[in-house]
Amino acid sequence: MEYKISNRLRTGAIILMILGALGVGYGFMDSHSVNEDNITEFLANEGHHDGAHATEAHGSEAEHGETLSEVEADHGHGAEAEVEGHELSHEEHVLHQIHNRPYAALYVAAFFFFMIALGVLAFYAIQYAAQAGWSPVLFRVMEGITAYVLPGGLIVLAIILVADSHIFIWMDENVVAHDALIQNKSSWLDKTWFLIRGLIFVGGWSAYRHFSRKFSVAQDLADVNDKSYFKKNFRISAAFLVFYIYTESMMSWDWIMSVDPHWFSTLFGWYVFASMFVSGITVIALITIYLKSKGLLTFVNNSHIHDLAKFMFGISIFWTYLWFSQFMLIWYANIPEEVTYYITRIEDYNLPFFGMVALNFLFPLLLLMNSDYKRIPWFVVMTGVVILFGHYLDIFNMIMPATVGDRWFIGIPEIGSILFFAGLFIFIVFTSLGKHPLLAKGNPFVKESEHFHY
Amino acid sequence: MEASKVIHAIYTDDDVLMAAVKTVRAEKHHIEDVFTPFPVHGLDKAMGLAPTRLAITAFLYGCVGLSVATLMMNYIMIEDWPQDIGGKPSFSFLENMPAFVPIMFELTVFFAAHLMVITFYMRSRIWPFKTAENPDPRTTDDHFLMEIAVHNNEEALTSLLKGTGAVEINIVDKDEDAH
Repeated sequence: MEYKISNRLRTGAIILMILGALGVGYGFMDSHSVNEDNITEFLANEGHHDGAHATEAHGSEAEHGETLSEVEADHGHGAEAEVEGHELSHEEHVLHQIHNRPYAALYVAAFFFFMIALGVLAFYAIQYAAQAGWSPVLFRVMEGITAYVLPGGLIVLAIILVADSHIFIWMDENVVAHDALIQNKSSWLDKTWFLIRGLIFVGGWSAYRHFSRKFSVAQDLADVNDKSYFKKNFRISAAFLVFYIYTESMMSWDWIMSVDPHWFSTLFGWYVFASMFVSGITVIALITIYLKSKGLLTFVNNSHIHDLAKFMFGISIFWTYLWFSQFMLIWYANIPEEVTYYITRIEDYNLPFFGMVALNFLFPLLLLMNSDYKRIPWFVVMTGVVILFGHYLDIFNMIMPATVGDRWFIGIPEIGSILFFAGLFIFIVFTSLGKHPLLAKGNPFVKESEHFHY
Repeated sequence: MEASKVIHAIYTDDDVLMAAVKTVRAEKHHIEDVFTPFPVHGLDKAMGLAPTRLAITAFLYGCVGLSVATLMMNYIMIEDWPQDIGGKPSFSFLENMPAFVPIMFELTVFFAAHLMVITFYMRSRIWPFKTAENPDPRTTDDHFLMEIAVHNNEEALTSLLKGTGAVEINIVDKDEDAH
């Protein structure tokens, strides 16, 4: 079962990248058209918007009393507004948010596609370590997707380097100098140390990916009685999973949680993990269904699709469980230093914040509960698209409130960034899929997997 | 009932039983029942039994549980006596909903699970002190038994079942009241 990326798909991916790059470029130009000289004028033109916002805020202030004034001060970069003796004027504050937007849009999309590849890598390692009998026919699809781990991870790190304090306020020395809370965390939140950590994470993940792919291909060519490459893969997968669960957790503190350096949550690493895991599994299902529709995966039957859809269903519920646990504990105790995180999201991001719960929980719950529906490809594709959009919104909700505050919109910079990284992802993944046969025939479980029937 | 006589074909291996069921079905004889000591994978399909609808009932029971929890919490906490308990906003159900979710979840699971189990008992007619319906005690240990109604075709059926590898074939007068 040989596969080569078709010209149409390659051209499509390149067009997506070009369109995306134009959108990203436009986002940067557009945001820099507002600067110190014309910000006052810009805000005056927006008068009606501010007016509406003020009444709305006033209306709810009666109900929520003191919390709201705190929230108002904590829009966007909480750190900035609260800094003692370093108060920003309203204009400066808004200007920062406008300038942050294209960086944040790029970062959200880059992280989203990177996390899909990383989630697939974790799923792949679990299948090896558990010696799963159903999934070896899907290993080459997974290996293709994980080809994006290394470039994707490096791109995320590069964006962090370039965007600097546009995304991570603790990278701004002026802010840190006036902020006792960040100073206390500066032994961890230090730019050099942050980058070293990032390189260790990406290095470790892509090293595992490199060797597991190498052993998997070598096993195909090895003698029938020689299972040494499979055993090697089993061992490194088990070791990788230990490394992964630590580094994934630390990565989520670094790359996501530290955009709000005043806030912390203990189950955040798991929460990010659930998000990447379910997106990864969804993409495995989508690409499998795509390749099968081309007649390239004749050994994949609808029981395999059924199993993937069950994982999509189950992990969606797991994600919701973690989302709700984090939200409900903080909502219930209502401790001011924690609860601002959710207040900014509920006040300014009401629709994306609760909309993603509907997309990530209600849709998969109701659509994939029926056993028969999990075997219908177009049904799985439809649910998969909803899940992926929901998890993009999830990352959007994590990053945007800290960088652009209430000045968010899913417009040209955001859509451009998604198109760009979608094109890059498709290009890298499908090129990698074409490099080796689509059936890992050397795997000792592959016969069982081909006859898998549920 | 016309079929007062039934034939009991006994097998000692589940693979032989499966093949026998397929043969008997192909010959268009009606299989009354099959008794096995453990679940035989694919037997229901081979016998042509309709799929169970138990999962659908469970979903509906879950919906009932969710409604019970929601209506109960809404009545008690919001409508009947909306006290201020530790500053929780009991002005409307939605505002205080996160606090109710654990109960809503548990009652959904509770109703779905228990009512489904009770449905299963009722549909399979199982209860304490029920007289066992087993035609041969060996079928709870290591034998498999296929029961076929006889319609004046004893010889034909016996020879057919002999050919399928039955170790024992008995013709039994069936007492309808035993069920």
